[in-house]
Amino acid sequence: MDINVIRGLGTVFALFAFLCIVAWAYSSRRKDRFEDDGMIPFKADNDPQESTENSVEAKKTHDDKGTE
Amino acid sequence: MSTAFDHPVYNYKVVRQFAIMTVVWGIVGMSLGVLIAAQLAWPALNFDTPWFSFGRLRPLHTNAVIFAFGGSALFSTSYYIVQRTCQTRLFSDTLASFTFWGWNLVIVLAVITLPMGLTSTKEYAELEWPIDILIAIVWVAYCVNFIGTIMNRKEPHIYVANWFFAGFMIMIAILHIGNNLAIPVTLTKSYSIYAGTVDAMVQWWYGHNAVGFFLTAGFLGIMYYFVPKQAERPVYSYRLSIVHFWALISLYVWAGAHHLHYSALPDWAQTAGMVMSLVLLAPSWGGMINGMMTLSGAWHKLRTDPILRFLVVSLSFYGMSTFEGPMMSIKTVNALSHNTDWTIGHVHSGALGWVAMVTIGAMYHLIPIMFGRKQGEMYSTKLINTHFWLATIGTVLYIAALWVNGIMQGLMWRAVNADGTLTYSFIESVEASHPGYVVRTIGGALFLIGMFIMAYNVYRTVSDSKKAVAAAQA
Repeated sequence: MDINVIRGLGTVFALFAFLCIVAWAYSSRRKDRFEDDGMIPFKADNDPQESTENSVEAKKTHDDKGTE
Repeated sequence: MSTAFDHPVYNYKVVRQFAIMTVVWGIVGMSLGVLIAAQLAWPALNFDTPWFSFGRLRPLHTNAVIFAFGGSALFSTSYYIVQRTCQTRLFSDTLASFTFWGWNLVIVLAVITLPMGLTSTKEYAELEWPIDILIAIVWVAYCVNFIGTIMNRKEPHIYVANWFFAGFMIMIAILHIGNNLAIPVTLTKSYSIYAGTVDAMVQWWYGHNAVGFFLTAGFLGIMYYFVPKQAERPVYSYRLSIVHFWALISLYVWAGAHHLHYSALPDWAQTAGMVMSLVLLAPSWGGMINGMMTLSGAWHKLRTDPILRFLVVSLSFYGMSTFEGPMMSIKTVNALSHNTDWTIGHVHSGALGWVAMVTIGAMYHLIPIMFGRKQGEMYSTKLINTHFWLATIGTVLYIAALWVNGIMQGLMWRAVNADGTLTYSFIESVEASHPGYVVRTIGGALFLIGMFIMAYNVYRTVSDSKKAVAAAQA
């Protein structure tokens, strides 16, 4: 096979893989999961210096989004 | 000293060390920038001293701001974020200290060798081979420590910021080693193993990805953590952030050829580089919008929170420079802009507006936490605000001056008389650039003054915190 055919197929494969990632990320089955993952920076992390109101407000925003 | 502020679980020591060095190296690198900007406006400032001349200090400026200032910021924030989002301590404290001392040794060696004129002449990779080997060792230690921490995580999911950091780290290892392969002839001199056009293409594959991975992917990791934290709400769309990551890292590597338009590089490769650069607009703006929209419903916070303002304005500059970049990669536009000050203006809209501002915002959030305070609780919020306006006005003056200079230079160089001779000599374009160089120096100086204000604010924050600890213990 010509090297350029292989290169072309490589490009097509890369595009296909990318579209699969988009479909995976935006599948409705993973909606809740990804919304939870977005909350990771706000998880309690036994940090005495962290102000607690922060995480409360972020949680509220998150819940509002969930009910849309 | 620092034991009073140690965290029960996380290694904050290395985060604190790199955070302080971010401010220190920021001042060093930007002072050099203002100096060489002044040398362009008033060449007598070279003092006819070889090691003090523009040609030797310019690479020192770029290395200091990119690798010393930007690098320290990336080490500090990535070590901080990976521990807190993985809920685990760093993989190895020894490796963490090794990266801190190793990285700073690299910078000190750069400060010594570049003014001596020891250079491999590759832009942003000027350091000679022994230092390159040291960089590679420190970098691999960094990768092992970061990825080891991710492997030890208590949190099942790897937060998106860590994906950006890991992508940046692995790619920089590949780029650094690939581009710096060389045959040493003496301790201080080596020759690249690549020749001619291939060498140029490898250099700009590296050079553009120093921008794409070091100055973009890494700093997007900072953005994806600190913008939500400072705005106190989760990122606008976590799903978009996943698509953003994969699109950005799979496209950036192909764009480097746009640095070699109208060169000996084959025409198809130039066009491929241009097309990939244009496509890059999509992930860049996707990420920018994702960061901006995180503020939806919280825009009022911008009125009272200058730290958030730093972060959001950095995203505006990011959006602006990632629009300008693809536009400049179009061959016909590049025919005007190439080799002019427009390019330098474009780089600084990214470097000052995006990289430095997002770093400053993150540091104002993080440094108080490192010294036992709440997030963003610096000694003076007023001074943060002053810093914000100095930085913004400084950046705008800088890039506006170089837009004017760049377009003027491009037009003067291409102007021809009816008989086909050039209308202007080169020196006429240099003379015409003088006012722009003065304005640019002023813009850079304003940005630098802001950094000094930051240093004072950090100093007071640290000393007040120490006093508070001492009083509590007494």
